[in-house]
Amino acid sequence: MKWQKLFRAALDSILKNRMRSLLTMLGIIIGVGAVAILVSLGQSAQAAISGEIEGLGANMLFVRASTGDDGGVRGQDGTTYEITLDDVAALRAQSAELAAVTPAVYADVQAVGGVGNWPTQAVGVSPEYLAVRNWDLAAGAMFTAGDVAGRARVAVLGQTVADELFLGQNPVGAQIRLRNVPFRVIGVLESKGGTVGGDEDNTILAPVTTVQSRLRGDDVVDVLFASAADADRADAAQEEIVALFRQRHGVPADDPPSVEVQTQADIMSFAQTALGAMTALLGAIAGVSLVVGGIGIMNIMLVSVTERTREIGIRLAVGARGTDVLAQFLIEAVLLCLFGGLLGTALAFGFAAAVSAVAPFEVTVGIDVVLLAVAFSAAVGVFFGFYPARKAARLDPIEALRHE
Amino acid sequence: MPRPPDLSDPTAGDAAVEPAVVETDGLSKTYPGVEPVHALRPLRLTIRRGEFVAIMGASGSGKSTLMNLLGCLDTPTAGTYHLDGVAVAGLSRDERADLRNRKLGFVFQGFNLLARTSALDNVLLPLLYDRTGRIRRPRERAVEALTRVGLAHRLTHVPSELSGGQQQRVAIARALVNEPAVLLADEPTGNLDTRTTVEVMALFQDLNDAGITILIVTHEPDVAAYCKRVIELRDGALVRDEAIAPRHDARRDLAALDAAPAASVTPPDTRPDTPPVTP
Repeated sequence: MKWQKLFRAALDSILKNRMRSLLTMLGIIIGVGAVAILVSLGQSAQAAISGEIEGLGANMLFVRASTGDDGGVRGQDGTTYEITLDDVAALRAQSAELAAVTPAVYADVQAVGGVGNWPTQAVGVSPEYLAVRNWDLAAGAMFTAGDVAGRARVAVLGQTVADELFLGQNPVGAQIRLRNVPFRVIGVLESKGGTVGGDEDNTILAPVTTVQSRLRGDDVVDVLFASAADADRADAAQEEIVALFRQRHGVPADDPPSVEVQTQADIMSFAQTALGAMTALLGAIAGVSLVVGGIGIMNIMLVSVTERTREIGIRLAVGARGTDVLAQFLIEAVLLCLFGGLLGTALAFGFAAAVSAVAPFEVTVGIDVVLLAVAFSAAVGVFFGFYPARKAARLDPIEALRHE
Repeated sequence: MPRPPDLSDPTAGDAAVEPAVVETDGLSKTYPGVEPVHALRPLRLTIRRGEFVAIMGASGSGKSTLMNLLGCLDTPTAGTYHLDGVAVAGLSRDERADLRNRKLGFVFQGFNLLARTSALDNVLLPLLYDRTGRIRRPRERAVEALTRVGLAHRLTHVPSELSGGQQQRVAIARALVNEPAVLLADEPTGNLDTRTTVEVMALFQDLNDAGITILIVTHEPDVAAYCKRVIELRDGALVRDEAIAPRHDARRDLAALDAAPAASVTPPDTRPDTPPVTP
């Protein structure tokens, strides 16, 4: 009952001084808005990138030849050790932890065919690539192990390439040329989307042997994609691959491994760590503005106490205790901050909607961000409202009534 | 708690049946310093229920100090003060606040109403701080108080929409709403014109006739003349304490004001069509 009355007195006071209340809240509105916006942006970016990393494939592992150390000269990746198709075959034959392995050989090409030409990347792989990357076909079929063995000139187009060269027509059966080598289109990949790592659909898959011999002219494999048989044993798979390549490359056990293996979890945790740190940093910077907003509240509350000295005097004279006045001003400060926090959150929602409309990923303001912002603004209200409220509560009624 | 009759009380003879609501003994206030200021010298004062007392004195006479002490807003340097049987000296700040809320009503010179707040909410203010729960229906009580001061039709008006006299009547309603033992008025007519002054004094006389004990601090003899008893202070000491005779009747003065000046003061522009009479 008592609290209801004090609450109403505080609310009345806020509503009767709308302009002053709004100006007081402005700092909190901006502060909470900034924190909510930046944290939401960070979280949304994190979610978007996590989604992409998950989209890379199923329990995937990347294998690259590691940077060698040749007589003190550190070379680029793959300059000391090489991965070959023999290694791939050995891995398939000997591995217990891997479900599928595919080599990948990259070649930048200008694809010619259909209505024109289009710059893209040809990726030489084996048929397992689709399973490892968790990718499906939209039309046609994937090439077979026989195509790989026979260096068949067949290609499976990414959605972007299909669209650009064939304008939405079914390209299966058509012919395209890559570096003047004719390829028959036998399939089209489903769209995978992707933004942060570039357009995943701008690709052409072809048998690894064909790409090596016709487009690259070497027998090196750039990367291996493998998928672990058991998602929980990705680390075991990793060790197995390292051990196998040690043996095949003749690397002693105490030397650095000849290949680098990254699991999907490694990539995920790296991205999460980087983005988490960025989000925390942005949130902290925005938090400074919230503190500044709190100081603004204190400033205006102090002015308000001086301005309302007479009112406080009247309240004290008719029987308000110091704690009543303290509670009223404190409630006022907290309400101001809460309203400011809510308005700031609304601002963040508006901003999120605006950004989602133009940015390549969806920005959402999480309920956790809202609760955090509102709780933090209430805390700001208590912290910065206490000093002015205590000052009001300690006024001498005689002096206060005499105040002009 | 009734106290034994005090023989030093000049009104003891005719009002001894009524209990004392204000009783001080040796009440004094000294501001320390190199040369201590004796704002109020030891004072023995008894005011009984139903009295209507004017506290007079020039500026600096100590009447404001006395008012603050009687109003439990200030603490005395020495002496005792019983307000409606409660010993005030030694009470904490909060206890004095509660006592003011229970037993006192204040009327100030500058009205001291909350701006942008309706008459009704202004009158409700003391009840906001009622901790005893003795007042059951605050709103009804506030409307009652405003009706009593003749403002039943101004409940939702804010102070800026009211005349000075009306504002002071809202303040009086606020002072009455908690059924105080004593109504303390500090220069209540200081900001009002002559007619409104008489109106407010008529209201005080009506309230006093209804049994409410009233203390008015004033430096105007005209205002004191409407009271029943006058106390005068000079340099912090009591110099006069006597019954007022003859006592003015504010209602009659008001009627006289209405009858006499109304005709003579009529502005000329109210009859512009009448050409000047030339003999």
